[in-house]
Amino acid sequence: MSENLYFEKGLAMGDARSADPAAIEVLKKAKAEGVETAHERYAAQLPQCGFGELGVCCRQCLQGPCRINPFGEPKLGVCGADADLIVARNLLRTIVGGAASHEDHAYSAIRCLYEAAQGKADYEIKGFDKIQSVAAKLGIETEGKEPKEVAEAIALAAFHDFGKFDDEPMHWLTATAPAERVEVWQSLGVIPRNPDREIRTAMHESAMGVDGDPVNLLLACLKLGLVDGYGGLQMGTDIQDILFGTPSPVKSAANLGVLSKDNVNIIVHGHMPEVSEKVVEWARKLEEEAVKAGAKGITLAGVCCSGNEVLMRQGVPSAGNFLSQELAIITGAVEVMVVDVQCFMPSLPKIAACYHTKVVTTTPIGKLPGAEHVELVPGDADAKAQSIVRLAIDNFKNRNAAKVEIPDICSEAWGGFSVEAIVGALATVDPENPLKPLVDNIVAGNVYGAVGVVGCNNTKVRQDHQTVELIKKLLQNNVLVVATGCTAQALAKYGFMTPDGAKQYAGEKLLAVLTAVGEAAGLGGPLPPVLHMGSCVDNSRIGDLLGALAGYLNVSIKDLPVAASAPELQHEKAVSIGTWAVALGVLTHVGVVPPVLGSPLVTKVLTEDVEGLVGGKFFVELDPGKAADTILAHIAAKRKALGI
Amino acid sequence: MKAIFVDAKKCLSCHSCELACSVAHSESKNLYAAISEAFPKRPRVHVEAVPGGAFPIQCRHCEDPVCVKTCVSNALFVDEDSGAVLHDEGRCIGCRMCILACPFGVIEEQEAGGNSCAVSKCDLCAAEPGGPACIAACPTGALSFESAEAYSKDKRRKYLIQFIEEEVQHV
Repeated sequence: MSENLYFEKGLAMGDARSADPAAIEVLKKAKAEGVETAHERYAAQLPQCGFGELGVCCRQCLQGPCRINPFGEPKLGVCGADADLIVARNLLRTIVGGAASHEDHAYSAIRCLYEAAQGKADYEIKGFDKIQSVAAKLGIETEGKEPKEVAEAIALAAFHDFGKFDDEPMHWLTATAPAERVEVWQSLGVIPRNPDREIRTAMHESAMGVDGDPVNLLLACLKLGLVDGYGGLQMGTDIQDILFGTPSPVKSAANLGVLSKDNVNIIVHGHMPEVSEKVVEWARKLEEEAVKAGAKGITLAGVCCSGNEVLMRQGVPSAGNFLSQELAIITGAVEVMVVDVQCFMPSLPKIAACYHTKVVTTTPIGKLPGAEHVELVPGDADAKAQSIVRLAIDNFKNRNAAKVEIPDICSEAWGGFSVEAIVGALATVDPENPLKPLVDNIVAGNVYGAVGVVGCNNTKVRQDHQTVELIKKLLQNNVLVVATGCTAQALAKYGFMTPDGAKQYAGEKLLAVLTAVGEAAGLGGPLPPVLHMGSCVDNSRIGDLLGALAGYLNVSIKDLPVAASAPELQHEKAVSIGTWAVALGVLTHVGVVPPVLGSPLVTKVLTEDVEGLVGGKFFVELDPGKAADTILAHIAAKRKALGI
Repeated sequence: MKAIFVDAKKCLSCHSCELACSVAHSESKNLYAAISEAFPKRPRVHVEAVPGGAFPIQCRHCEDPVCVKTCVSNALFVDEDSGAVLHDEGRCIGCRMCILACPFGVIEEQEAGGNSCAVSKCDLCAAEPGGPACIAACPTGALSFESAEAYSKDKRRKYLIQFIEEEVQHV
């Protein structure tokens, strides 16, 4: 079957849980074997609490929990907080959760870079070009210095933002964000000073008996969105590119069919490339040992953003996105699933216990009862990664062939579209002025606009369905799409990241542009219509691209004919990323109702008033077709305002 | 006929039944939309808590309803098919005698926006194909909608199980 028909096949299977035919096959296997997945656990949770859905439940102090009754009394919590205040406080804490996750992720990468630069870590610094470009942005002198020295100075500059105690804006932000945006944020008083400090302050601000002004709390939400954007995403990507190299286009594959029935299968899952890169490196080096153990070799695959990181830089295929993590184990073919931080379900060891799979945790903050714990620290990463790979090889003999069933479903998928790679491809058309061909085509309407589609899966909506329907409609209307995170993996499964996908999905005008650029760049066909830009921290790459386009046109990002969408978001991180996107000036669609509608004030500020402050705003739409219409109308309005 | 029964030990006082009731009687039948309707519907079930416990209570749909007897305009009546005690808003004159008469306090003044002199009470979600919304909304299964016969049988069995367990322990 043509891989580009997988979505239609999935829909025809008529399973409300997923549009992915591979996922549906494995869900059937799970049912036959009596294994429960997130979908069954979600069904068991229904109906979910209406107060929680509306965001009007407050558990901040021990006088509670208090709930506001939207249909009558009470309208006030014990302390006197009303629905607006409770929703605003809860939202701020959600965004803090997301920003803290990305910030802590970035911090680990900085520590790894710092130790690597000093020769104290098992990592070789690979991103020499990125050292130069980041140093230039930060104003770090490179003349006559060894790359390692500059890398150390960059790590120290990052640490400095976390340690500084003055009230000046964090340096990484002012060095990397567009100056016009910095001015807007400064005028609103929402520029972060030190990411750690802002997280502390936001937890304080939202505690019982501090901030009673919902609007002031919403401004704090914007600030914490920027903490995520610059103390998490931007720092994370910049530092990881320095450590592991900036991605360039690479051919890979996506979906559960990438697993092999003959090989030792190792899945990397989570977010930190420090872990996944090392596992990939040692799996490749130790392949002979797997052959001696009776396997034909080692197959590596990724889930969630660890998967995206190693797909972008190493071409390692993706086994699937968030809701496929349990299914990968249920194939019965996985020897080891290695996790680090974020998005791995606590259910994994229980599911693994039904098969021979070993789950390996690797960080001090991400442990799971029932899993093996092999702590992977920069100074001892090689030895630890080897032991993880050997654990997998050793576990191959325990595989029960009778329980192995791998769906024969996977699509080719191209990844590696960093900003540098996109500009590199465009430079083959116009070396002097790489952005010119893209901008000219936007002006001419051949590229109608651009949309960044990001985020997760969520059991509340059919896996991949909203994402694919939305993107199909945007592409038909000649909108260029870039993707990250589990959404990128969703699109990778259905052929959106292949040259053929351009012919199948892109409108005529967009196809012509993709073909011209793809052929000039020597890809022998069109660029994929959806460009895989990386993991969820790599949303910074989308921010960089928007900044470059706005800079070229000498306008603000808020004036560009662009939008963002998170059709299937679930994690707090998606909320904080969305807030950063809104602060950048981008219209941001969410396809799952966030727990804020219990406050008319907060809902109005997020979906209307905030646009007057920063140019971006949220809109909630569960119907992907209608969401596409709203985005297309927005792009049309922005084009008109630009006079194009 | 079926009636609503309550296992008070299971009620955690979460008020989810109240929310579901308001949504079921709203125009939109959707939580997010119902809260912004011009006249949000008050629930017809209330979780009342006193020291020692909480209990969701709504109209018991009495076989011999005193509210119907006191209703001078015949607005309250027993539905022949379902046996439910229902209320015809158009006939209600707002005398509040039913509120006075109901021993359970489960007939109330209606929220603003409707027939302003009417009362409101549980109608067993007569318009809902899935039966009373409060039953489906209860996360702990404290509420059930069944015949008295089925409820009593279940209760006898539970009693027996407990009795046997205790007897065995004593032996």
